[in-house]
Amino acid sequence: MKQSLMKLPEPFIRLLLVFIVFVGFTVVTWAYVIPPSLKDRAYHKSTTIEREMAKPISYAGSSICFDCHEDTYDTKRSGAHLNLSCETCHGPSWLHSEDPLEVTPEVPRDRQGCARCHEYDTARPTGFPQVNVAAHNPDDPCISCHNPHDPEPLVTPEECESCHAEIARTKAVSPHSSLECVTCHETPEAHKITPRVVRPSKPNARSACGQCHAENAENPKAPKINITTHEEKYVCWQCHYPHMPEVN
Amino acid sequence: MDRRNFLGKFTASVIASGGIIGWLLSGSKAKAATPEGYNPQDHYYGMGINIDQCIGCGQCMEACRTENHVPTDFFCRTWVERYTFKTDGEVLVENIAHNPEAITEKDILRSFFVPKLCNQCENAPCVQVCPVEATFKTEDGVILVDENRCIGCRYCVQACPYGARYIHPEKHVADKCTFCYHRITKGLLPACVEVCPTQARVFGDMKKGASPLARLRRMFKTHVLKPGLNTQPKVFYANLDGEVR
Repeated sequence: MKQSLMKLPEPFIRLLLVFIVFVGFTVVTWAYVIPPSLKDRAYHKSTTIEREMAKPISYAGSSICFDCHEDTYDTKRSGAHLNLSCETCHGPSWLHSEDPLEVTPEVPRDRQGCARCHEYDTARPTGFPQVNVAAHNPDDPCISCHNPHDPEPLVTPEECESCHAEIARTKAVSPHSSLECVTCHETPEAHKITPRVVRPSKPNARSACGQCHAENAENPKAPKINITTHEEKYVCWQCHYPHMPEVN
Repeated sequence: MDRRNFLGKFTASVIASGGIIGWLLSGSKAKAATPEGYNPQDHYYGMGINIDQCIGCGQCMEACRTENHVPTDFFCRTWVERYTFKTDGEVLVENIAHNPEAITEKDILRSFFVPKLCNQCENAPCVQVCPVEATFKTEDGVILVDENRCIGCRYCVQACPYGARYIHPEKHVADKCTFCYHRITKGLLPACVEVCPTQARVFGDMKKGASPLARLRRMFKTHVLKPGLNTQPKVFYANLDGEVR
């Protein structure tokens, strides 16, 4: 064996040696030097899962709050903020739940906290209570009138546009600007207190529009149409938007 | 010492030292730990988003930043887009974190908010493209990133059809929403769902019969984003407009 090996040309043997060293080094490095987390799939997954699960928690979750703050729970559960989590306003409070005396959560008393959700914004869904924060009693913090744990409009809104600003603004520049909301919508008093529970009526027949727009109606300015035969399949507001009626 | 002798001894010492180092390191090879009391096979998480409930307050983004230590205002693990259909036909899509300009009401035909986050796809493109297998799907259906293994090559950032990934500016590795994995495995809600004031975001375990997510999927026609890509997302949208991608 040694004889036959020696018969090989010397450069070849050197090259072979280098090759063996290289392969040996690679095998040893792979087997021992590279930490298992970098080559074992199951291992690297489980260490990642472990690392993710060990991350610190900031938000405690509202169920733990009520272990101590029962009275607030009772107030809140019956009001409009029923589904609001405590930490939405009071901020992350995991540390407070761990050590209630040392760490106190923030108590937002300024207008900005409420404005975050209740400032008027065109993209917010219709019916969500919104005010123009700059114009709505600008000198006082919201909590001086409204209890954030059981919010209610303090004074019954006198104008519909306190809440329905978008419709009011649309209507204001439309041919219907002189009409009161209650001309078409019967609005129970309770709607002003619990707007999403008690809802105003909407006209349910063509005759509602017909009061002004029927051919025999008295209003001289309103365009007239035969409300019996004009597109009789539909009711008026299926084509026309009453808050901004098209003038063709 | 001649060259042959040297090479021989050198080889032997390299192999020996490698062995010793390896032996030392193998001692530190911890047993792959499974978290106690939590069996990922019993769970399969999903999220529901009701567009009509979203008021665009941005509490979810802020809670996510706090909970997951997202370091910048620019990158988000979850974000809220404001869609504005203008009367001239233009459709604007803006991230509300970047304080988009207000649009004159007269020019708006319709406008609404769409919260977005990682869709935790069943067939996740990010997992397929990762060259080092740093990102993977857990048994409970969440896509995670191994930050020690990620080389920050950004393939996944490019591959995600939902733009849900970003490169963490401090760690320089891919980062993304994990459904707050550290919270949900302890039975808590993800931070964004926890703070959502209108229940626009709901969360649920799809292996359970009843959950807010199950209710959302029962009561509404739900859609996923970009269904044509067959990524099979686990974030379900109710009242989704066709314009939303």
